[in-house]
Amino acid sequence: MQEKATEAARMLFETLEMRDISKRFPGVLANDHVDFDVVSGEVHALLGENGAGKSTLMKILYGMYRPDEGKILLNGDEISITTPTAAISHGIGMIHQHFMLVPTLTVAENVALGLRSSKGPLTDLEVVSKRIVELGETYNLKINPSTLIWQLSVGQQQRVEIIKALYRGASLLLLDEPTAVLTPQEVDELFLIMRQMTKDRYGLVFISHKLHEVVEISNRITVLRDGKKIGTQPTCNVTTQTLANWMVGHEITFITSNEAAEKGECRIELRGACCGSDRGTEGLCDVDLEICSREIVGLAGVSGNGQLELAEAITGLRPLQSGKVFLEGEDITGFSPGKITEKGLAYVPEERMKDGMIRNFNISENLVLREHHKWPFSKKGFLRMPYIYEHSDMLIKQYRIKTPSRATLAKNLSGGNIQKVLLARELSRSPRAIIAAQPTRGLDIGASEYVHEQLLDQRKKGTAILLISEDLDEILALADRIAVIYEGRIMDVLPRETATKEDLGLLMAGVHPGEELVAENCP
Amino acid sequence: MSQSTKNFSLPSKFRLSAVFDALMPVFATIAALLVGAIFLLLLGANPITAYSALLEGAFGSFNAFAETLVKSIPLLLIGLGTCIAYRGSVTNIGGEGQMIVGALLSTWIGLSFINLPGWLMIIIAMLAGSLGGAIWGGLPGLLKAYFNVNEILSTVMMNAIAVQIMNYMLRGPLIDPVQAEAASQIPQTARLEVAYRLPRLAPTRLHIGLLIAILLAVAVYILLWRTTLGYRIRAVGQNQAASKYGGIDVKKHIVLALLLSGAFAGLAGMMQVYGVNYRMITDGSSTGFTGNAGFNGIVAALFGQLHPIITIPASILFGGLLVGANAMQRVVQVPSALITGLNGLVVVFVVSSEYFRKRNQRKHLAAIEAGLDNEPPRQNGENLEEVPA
Repeated sequence: MQEKATEAARMLFETLEMRDISKRFPGVLANDHVDFDVVSGEVHALLGENGAGKSTLMKILYGMYRPDEGKILLNGDEISITTPTAAISHGIGMIHQHFMLVPTLTVAENVALGLRSSKGPLTDLEVVSKRIVELGETYNLKINPSTLIWQLSVGQQQRVEIIKALYRGASLLLLDEPTAVLTPQEVDELFLIMRQMTKDRYGLVFISHKLHEVVEISNRITVLRDGKKIGTQPTCNVTTQTLANWMVGHEITFITSNEAAEKGECRIELRGACCGSDRGTEGLCDVDLEICSREIVGLAGVSGNGQLELAEAITGLRPLQSGKVFLEGEDITGFSPGKITEKGLAYVPEERMKDGMIRNFNISENLVLREHHKWPFSKKGFLRMPYIYEHSDMLIKQYRIKTPSRATLAKNLSGGNIQKVLLARELSRSPRAIIAAQPTRGLDIGASEYVHEQLLDQRKKGTAILLISEDLDEILALADRIAVIYEGRIMDVLPRETATKEDLGLLMAGVHPGEELVAENCP
Repeated sequence: MSQSTKNFSLPSKFRLSAVFDALMPVFATIAALLVGAIFLLLLGANPITAYSALLEGAFGSFNAFAETLVKSIPLLLIGLGTCIAYRGSVTNIGGEGQMIVGALLSTWIGLSFINLPGWLMIIIAMLAGSLGGAIWGGLPGLLKAYFNVNEILSTVMMNAIAVQIMNYMLRGPLIDPVQAEAASQIPQTARLEVAYRLPRLAPTRLHIGLLIAILLAVAVYILLWRTTLGYRIRAVGQNQAASKYGGIDVKKHIVLALLLSGAFAGLAGMMQVYGVNYRMITDGSSTGFTGNAGFNGIVAALFGQLHPIITIPASILFGGLLVGANAMQRVVQVPSALITGLNGLVVVFVVSSEYFRKRNQRKHLAAIEAGLDNEPPRQNGENLEEVPA
């Protein structure tokens, strides 16, 4: 038997074409007749906002989803990719956003995992290790094959994933938001690796929503929006402005509400706020922000750029590393979430079922989540059910919650009604300030309008509102001022009157308007 | 309005299956006994004779039934603790250890103060027993809340520690002075004062602990569904992130759930001493004092679908099974190992039937969800990545 029987030979790769791909999920058209192609020796960037269909398209190519329509051609021949194994046998490798590694095994063991050993039932880890070192030398992927995965940094783990794909003979690599988890230095190193690979005639697909990265590394760019392909252009031919327009520009669907009211005193104030993220990286960095009475401040940004951290820092759910938070002039830094709630802060969390509601509690129980321990809902440690029932009946009526009864469990409600229960609970407390994160995500138009009405109504009452949204139309329709967040920093705060979608789109991608990024791959 | 009329017809449809679900543990027990019948046949015993002896021994006479009730008291108390822990999404396997520590603490106090009025001592001993169990359950709670130590492992380990402490105490500091001098050296304490014994309910071994346990079952129901503490324990059990958001101290309530759960087990230990044996006695084995009540109580609670009120009849049924099995052993002359095996079978079947009950419940919920609303439940782009192909 040959010494390197385990290692698949590198596939010959010239072109890959996806033609007219459509993929439908219940209620969503994730890919709508999308064409996409890669040739060897190039980095083709796939750009788009979250939910634009980038990941779906790549998962189809990697055999994780089957397309409803369309076909895939490899080197001109039509192929069918039904499983990731089939994709690998065609030389297609994927680097997932979330790594598929076993933390307690070594690098070599992870690379060999699932492959036939050249020594039959015995492992051939020496052979694997030798090849890992070779691959590492060629592509600057320096890694010790006998290190345990959990001991590696995120950037190093990503390299193991790349080695895994190369070892399996991949000649077309799909990188799904590979930079999302990396530090800027690691991004630079990854780009070096990618450049070396293109020189060796690999084909690379680079998924991202960060404009500057896309411009820096890619040869061609395809933009997706709402599942449709907007266009493909060589990187040298496009301006950052065009890309931003392509990414975010869609029709305004709702009309701005009412004339700007005179804003009042400052209610929420952040001074130099810094905190970590769940991934262990920097979540917020030196954020200064003020939200005043009778004002809606929109926080625009691509998700994962610090919106959750900002909301949780204000509500006390996430400790600050430095900086201060004030609520109506009072320093609330380090207060417990419960105490901050009592000071009059309402919070509509983005993941409403996960963070804001208890699935197996019924509506009345969920409606008193914040105030179950307070008069009139409890007395000396006992719940006063008649008042809790009365309260929920009143709110069900007032907020037009569609439910068979107040005893219906939250998990049996539709998305729109869940949000109504949440709003009812948060708004009925007459809050001084509200943080609303993605309050209309996943809701139909009717329910969205209802949420907007409620927020505008609160503004009229003098409440300070921070509206966190990825939907620029929503922000432009409701907000008085618009702050743009990118990688944990506030890029800029613009008054609504002067904010344009193009400028906001650029800021969301980390570029200041007027600044033009220079592509490096151009002659 | 056709939509809503359709909804109202739904409950009647699954009333029948709800009854079926409620009886699931009973069916599981019957299935276990049928499997047990095979073993009886293999041993040359007549299963019908054996099982009628079992029934007779458990519920056949006033005395037998009283004995069943005596056996069910610790099962019910530990079952109640299991209910609380379950609602807080913590698993307390430490009933044995908590029972032992509760018994040790209350026995020590009862032996130390011999001139108190009986009723006062009984109250003090109940508190001491609960306190002992609470400490033994609270420690794993603290470890889980603050150091993320798996409570299943730690409560089991605490059982082993408690058994060794008991063996040391009953052979050393707390040993009956008579036994200390005698050659037999039986690990047991001296007898408690007669005044300290729990009053009997009838001219049997049945004591007032049964009434206390039933009252406590009602109290646990009130605690879980009618107090802010119970609300918080359940909220933390269901969703920690949302509880934190709701201003609830998550760590504190994890500790409290295990602590309360332990307190009930500790009380069970106290009642075994003050109501049945009037002294603490063991045979040196790990279940010598508890008679496995710490584990059987968990099964009783599962039998009672982890609801404090349903756990009352469930404990009595399970207690009857334990008492009756002994009677059966005497009548058909099968090895006692078979009785242990039979108990094990019942446990396995009842615990497994929980899976079917949960699956049926999920089906109902799906049916409700499908028929409830014309708005589709959350879809849009939100969960795009999770949608399976």
